[in-house]
Amino acid sequence: MNRRSTIPFGPQHPVLPEPIQLHLVMENEKIIQALPAVGYIHRGLEKIAEKKDYIQDVYLAERICGICSFMHSQNYCQGIEELMKVTVPDRAKYLRVIWAETHRIHSHLLILGLLADAFGFENLFMRLWKVREQILDIMEKTTGNRVILGVCAIGGVKRDITPELADYVLRQLESVEKQLPELCDSLLKDYSVRQRLIGVGVLPKDKAHELGAVGPVARASGLRMDLRERGYAAYGDLDFKMVTEEAGDCYARTTVRVKELYTSLELVRKAIQRMPQGPIAVPVKGTPPADEVLARIEQPRGELNFYIRGNGTRNLERFRVRTPTFANLPALLHQLTGCELADVPVIAICIDPCISCTER
Amino acid sequence: MVNLTNSIFRKLFSRPETLRYPFVKRELPEGTRGRIDIEIDKCTFCGACEKRCPANSLKVTREPKSWTINPYSCIICGYCIEVCPKKCIIAHKEHYSPNT
Repeated sequence: MNRRSTIPFGPQHPVLPEPIQLHLVMENEKIIQALPAVGYIHRGLEKIAEKKDYIQDVYLAERICGICSFMHSQNYCQGIEELMKVTVPDRAKYLRVIWAETHRIHSHLLILGLLADAFGFENLFMRLWKVREQILDIMEKTTGNRVILGVCAIGGVKRDITPELADYVLRQLESVEKQLPELCDSLLKDYSVRQRLIGVGVLPKDKAHELGAVGPVARASGLRMDLRERGYAAYGDLDFKMVTEEAGDCYARTTVRVKELYTSLELVRKAIQRMPQGPIAVPVKGTPPADEVLARIEQPRGELNFYIRGNGTRNLERFRVRTPTFANLPALLHQLTGCELADVPVIAICIDPCISCTER
Repeated sequence: MVNLTNSIFRKLFSRPETLRYPFVKRELPEGTRGRIDIEIDKCTFCGACEKRCPANSLKVTREPKSWTINPYSCIICGYCIEVCPKKCIIAHKEHYSPNT
């Protein structure tokens, strides 16, 4: 019988952007079992949310994650709006789509860059992040901040995009779209990159369904799961088309993210062109009633769920967050079982782990 | 590999992407939420901003009349600007300098 040993992967590891520990039970170079250890950056946000009033919680929800911050505040606002029966103006819905999709582009470029870094292609990593800067510039110019936008509010949004700014956004998107093919070819067609990604960390469709995988991880295994198809915010008017792949390996997950970059660019463009005139917010008065709501939204990493329960006062009775990375962890452990130690960084990065969200 | 070689040659003749900070400073766009300030002459010290601040960064007292902000805990969300009845709280686009 081969000798078994346990290797701790993380919490501090060059490829991990955030701390999570994986205890890898090894037999020679092969992983027999992977056990996660989380809790390094727990902040108790759900409890803090009960202490603050429901408007202050918008800012708190936005700070759950530093990458997809706008979507957290959007999901929270959509949940409270459903609870309080508030109808958001159409223009605000389109503006929410614009900022949510720019967030998705910057998040996907970020993780594709980190993936390139994980398999040692540092030049590609830096060039992908250079393109990402242009997306951050769009957000800074339209909202006043690069990542924590702070523009989503209960009843609408706080800032408008003027025609001049819309022109600027379209120009930037055109420039980003021109640079993408060269970078995406390096990611998807390069011989060395394909060798590192194809057939690595395979998650079959039935297993993805059984383990509750979400987002690009599920879509790369052939599951048709994308909440944007349900048409929340303004997605119903933008002819959104879901991206799926069948192979279920790291290459398929990368392909899904690359194709989603183009989908998001198209969505932002359509949202700007079709955005109606009108108010960007409605005043909201009163307090959330003693009722509950489950708010769902499609984040760059998958489905984000907020369970919100009001009690008739300005404070919430309960605020529960289920993030996509939490849902993808069982799928990650399944992918790691049976793989080689050298493939662990690529597999771990390929689920796009966001540990701050997961631990809240 | 071929397209990367093209890119390398292109970059050899293009300008650097970075700025020579601190000699050249980045120009911030209009509307940047850099730091919170107050026009103290207009303030009535009602305390609405202190009550609503999500980060508990503001301290307002009527006697003696004072309005102070903790720049280290302020998240520059702008909620105080929205709730101020006298509209005397403003956001500058410049950030706090390290020595404040």
